[in-house]
Amino acid sequence: MSAAVAEHDDHDDHHHDDHDHGPAKGLLRWIITTNHKDIGTLYLLFALAMFFVGGSMAMVIRAELFEPGLQFVDPAFFNSMTTMHALVMVFGAVMPAFVGLANWQIPLMIGAADMALPRMNNMSFWMLVAGVLLLASTLFMEGGAPNGGWTLYPPLVLQPITVGKALPFAIFSVHLLGISSIMGAINIIATILNMRAPAMRLMDMPLFVWTWLITAFLLIAVMPVFAGAVTMLLTDKFFHTSFFNAAGGGDPVLYEHIFWFFGHPEVYIMILPTFGVASTIIPVFARKPLFGYASMVWATASIAFLSFIVWAHHMFTVGMPIAGELYFMYATMIIAVPTGVKVFNWTATMWKGAMTFETPMLFSVAFVVLFTMGGFTGLMMAIAPADFQYHDTYFIVAHFHYTLVPASIFILMAAGYFWLPKWTGHMYNEKIGQLHFWLSAISVNILFFPQHFLGLAGMPRRIPDYAIQFADWNMISSIGGFIFGASQLLFLYIVIDTIKGGTGEKVSDEVWEDAAKHGLEWTLPSPVPYHTWITPPTTVPTEHVLDIH
Amino acid sequence: MSTNTAYYIPHKATWPVIGTAGLVIMLAGFANYLNGSSIGPTMMVIGLLIFITMLVGWFTLQAKESESGMYNHGVGISYRMGMMWFIFSEIIFFAVFFGTLWYTRNLSVPWLGEGATKEILHSAYQATWPTNGPGNVGGHYEPMGAWGLPFLNTLLLLTSGVTCTWAHHGLLAKNRDQLIKGLAATVLLGFLFVTFQAIEYHEAYTEMGLTLGSGIYGSTFFMLTGFHGFHVCVGAIILSVVLFRSAKGHFKPENHFAFEAAAWYWHFVDVVWLGLFIFVYLM
Repeated sequence: MSAAVAEHDDHDDHHHDDHDHGPAKGLLRWIITTNHKDIGTLYLLFALAMFFVGGSMAMVIRAELFEPGLQFVDPAFFNSMTTMHALVMVFGAVMPAFVGLANWQIPLMIGAADMALPRMNNMSFWMLVAGVLLLASTLFMEGGAPNGGWTLYPPLVLQPITVGKALPFAIFSVHLLGISSIMGAINIIATILNMRAPAMRLMDMPLFVWTWLITAFLLIAVMPVFAGAVTMLLTDKFFHTSFFNAAGGGDPVLYEHIFWFFGHPEVYIMILPTFGVASTIIPVFARKPLFGYASMVWATASIAFLSFIVWAHHMFTVGMPIAGELYFMYATMIIAVPTGVKVFNWTATMWKGAMTFETPMLFSVAFVVLFTMGGFTGLMMAIAPADFQYHDTYFIVAHFHYTLVPASIFILMAAGYFWLPKWTGHMYNEKIGQLHFWLSAISVNILFFPQHFLGLAGMPRRIPDYAIQFADWNMISSIGGFIFGASQLLFLYIVIDTIKGGTGEKVSDEVWEDAAKHGLEWTLPSPVPYHTWITPPTTVPTEHVLDIH
Repeated sequence: MSTNTAYYIPHKATWPVIGTAGLVIMLAGFANYLNGSSIGPTMMVIGLLIFITMLVGWFTLQAKESESGMYNHGVGISYRMGMMWFIFSEIIFFAVFFGTLWYTRNLSVPWLGEGATKEILHSAYQATWPTNGPGNVGGHYEPMGAWGLPFLNTLLLLTSGVTCTWAHHGLLAKNRDQLIKGLAATVLLGFLFVTFQAIEYHEAYTEMGLTLGSGIYGSTFFMLTGFHGFHVCVGAIILSVVLFRSAKGHFKPENHFAFEAAAWYWHFVDVVWLGLFIFVYLM
C-alpha cells in the first residue's frame, strides 16, 4: 500500500481539477458516487426503506391471521404477501443492510482509503435497486406477485395460477440481485485482502471484518447456484426443458436440492455478519477484550464450511433414502458446536465486565439470548424424525424468525445506534432508543413465541385461514406484531433525528468510553470525514486480540 | 512504467448506472417478450444497445487509464482478485448444470425405472441414458455422438489454449508480432469453434430430432453446451478487444492485466469444454 491516493473523474478531459476531493453537487452525487461512505449510506437507507415495505407486508399477513376466516385479502394475495415479504426482507433489507455496514465500516476498520474497486461498488448498489424494482413491479401485474413461496418450488411455481405474468420478472430479479451480491462480495474480499493497513495482520482484524470475509466467500459460492436453479425454472416454463418434470426424466426434488444448496449458506450469509457486529459491540460495553478471538474466527469458518453440507435438512419429508436423513441430521447437529462456542464467548466476554447498557448493548444482549432460543429450536428440527411433526408448520416460522428478527434485525439496530454517532457526529436520543429497545424486545416475543405453540399443535404455514383451535395464539401473535411494527417507527424517527442533529451534544472521536482500544474507526474524527485513511495507520488496536498475542 | 505510486481511486463514475439501466431494460424486455407482450423485443434491443455502449465506454476508459500509468501494483492486485473470484463464480454456475446432469443420470432416472414407480406408473419405460423420460417428451431423437464435430471442436479449443499461451510468451519477450499472431489465431479458433457448434446444433434440430425439448437428455445437452458456447463467444470477443489493443501497441511485459484476465477466462472456458466432452458427449 502506498501513502497517498490519487483522485480523478471518469471524464477527466472536462474536469481539470484533480484536486476536487469532495462529493458531486446535488442529487447526482448519490447516483455517480464511488465513495464507500456514500455507497454505504445508500445501501443502509435502501435497506431501511425495504424493511418498512417488507414489514408492511408482514402487517397484512398478521391482520389477516388476527382471526380465523377470510377478513381482508383474498388467499392468492395473502400468498403473494408471504412470498414477497420473504424475498423483500432477505434480498432487499437484511443482506443490503449488512453490505451497507460493510461499505461504511470495513475500510474504516482496516485503515483503507476506500473499497478496492470503487466503480464496481457503485454498480452493485444500482443492480440491487434494479433487481428489487423488477421484483416489486410484479405486485402490479396481472395475476399479482409470485405466490408460490419464496423458495419458488416447482411444479407449483410453474402453474399459471401461482405466477401469472410475474415469474420471468421474479427470475430476472434474482439474476440481478445475484450479480449485485457477487460484485459486492468480490469487492469486499479484494478490499480486505489487498487494502488492509500494512500493520494489520489477518489475525488482528476486527471480527466484523473476519465474518464479512467469510460471508463474501459464501456469497460468491452460492449466488450462482440460485441463479442456475431459477434459470432452469425459466427454461422449464418457457423453453420446453424437463429439468423438474418427471415425465421427461427430470425431477422436481432436484430443484429443492439445488435451491437449498444455495439456501442454507444463504441463511448464514445473513447471520455471520450479525455475529461479527455482536462481537464488535459487546466488548466495548463490557469494557473487556473479546473472549476467545481466535476461536471466534475458527468457529465462523467452521459454520461456513458446515453450511455447505447440511442443505437437505430443509427437505427431510421429501422422501430421501434413510442414509441421507441420518447423514443430514447428524451433520446439522454438529453446527451447534461452533455456534455454542460463539455464544459461550459472548457470555464470557460479559462475565465480570464493567458493563453499561446503552441501546446498542441492550440490543446485543437481547440478541445473544434470543438468537440462542432460535438456535435451540433449530436443533429440535435437526432431529429428522421429530421434524416430520414440525415441517411446514408455524414452528419453523417461529424458528427462523427468532434467528432473523431478534438476531439479525436486532443487531442491525444495534449497529445503527453504535455507529450513527460516529458517522454523523451527532448523538441519538438515548431515552427514545431505550424505549425502542424495550418495546421491540417485548413485542417480538409476543409476536413469535406463541407461533411455537401453534406449530407444535399443527398449524400449517402459508395459509390465510385456520382451524378455530388456533385462534387465541394467533390473535396474541398479531397483537405482538402490530406493536413490533409500530415500534420500528421510533427507529425511523431516531435515524432521521440523529442525522439532523440528534441531542445536539457533540460526540467525541471515541464516542463510547475507551472505544479506540477496540477499533481503528474510533481514532478518526467524528463525524468521519469524506475521505479517511489516505495515509494508512501505522499501528492498529489489538485489544480485541489480546489473548492470542 | 507507472509514474503514479498511489492506489488510484476513481470518483464520479457514470458508466455503472448506465450499464445497470441497460441490463434491467433488457431483462424487463425479455420478461415481457416471454409473457407475449409486443413491447418486449424493442425493449431488449434498446437495453442491449445501452449495455454495449456501457461496455465500450467503460473499457475504453479503463484502457486509457491503464495506458497512462494510473494503475499501480496494488490496483493490479485488486483487478486480478476480482477476475479470479468472477471466474470462480462462473465455475460454480457451470457446476450447477454438471450437478444436474450427475443427479439425473445417477439418481433420479434410475429411480424412475425401479420399484413401485416403474410397476405402477410406466412398466414399459427403460431407465437408461440417454433418455427423454417415461413420457417420451419431445418424441424420437438421436443422441449426439462424440467423435464428429465435438471431437474436432475439442482439438480446436485445446489448440487455441496453446496459441493463447504462445501469444503471452510473445508479450513477455516483447515480440509484438508473435503476440498479435498468437491472439489472432486464438480468436479465429474460438469463432471457428462457435461456427462448428452452430452446425452441430443445426444438425441436431433438423436431422436428429434432438431439441431443447427432448426430455432431460435434450435439456442437459443444450443447456450445458449452450451456456458454454455463449461463454466461448464472450471469451472470443474479449480476446478480440485484447488483440485490437495489442495492435495499437498496448500492454507491457510487466503490466498487462487485460491480457491476463482474457487468457484466464479463455482457459476456464477451455477446461469447462473438456468437462463437457467427457461427461456430456463421451460417457
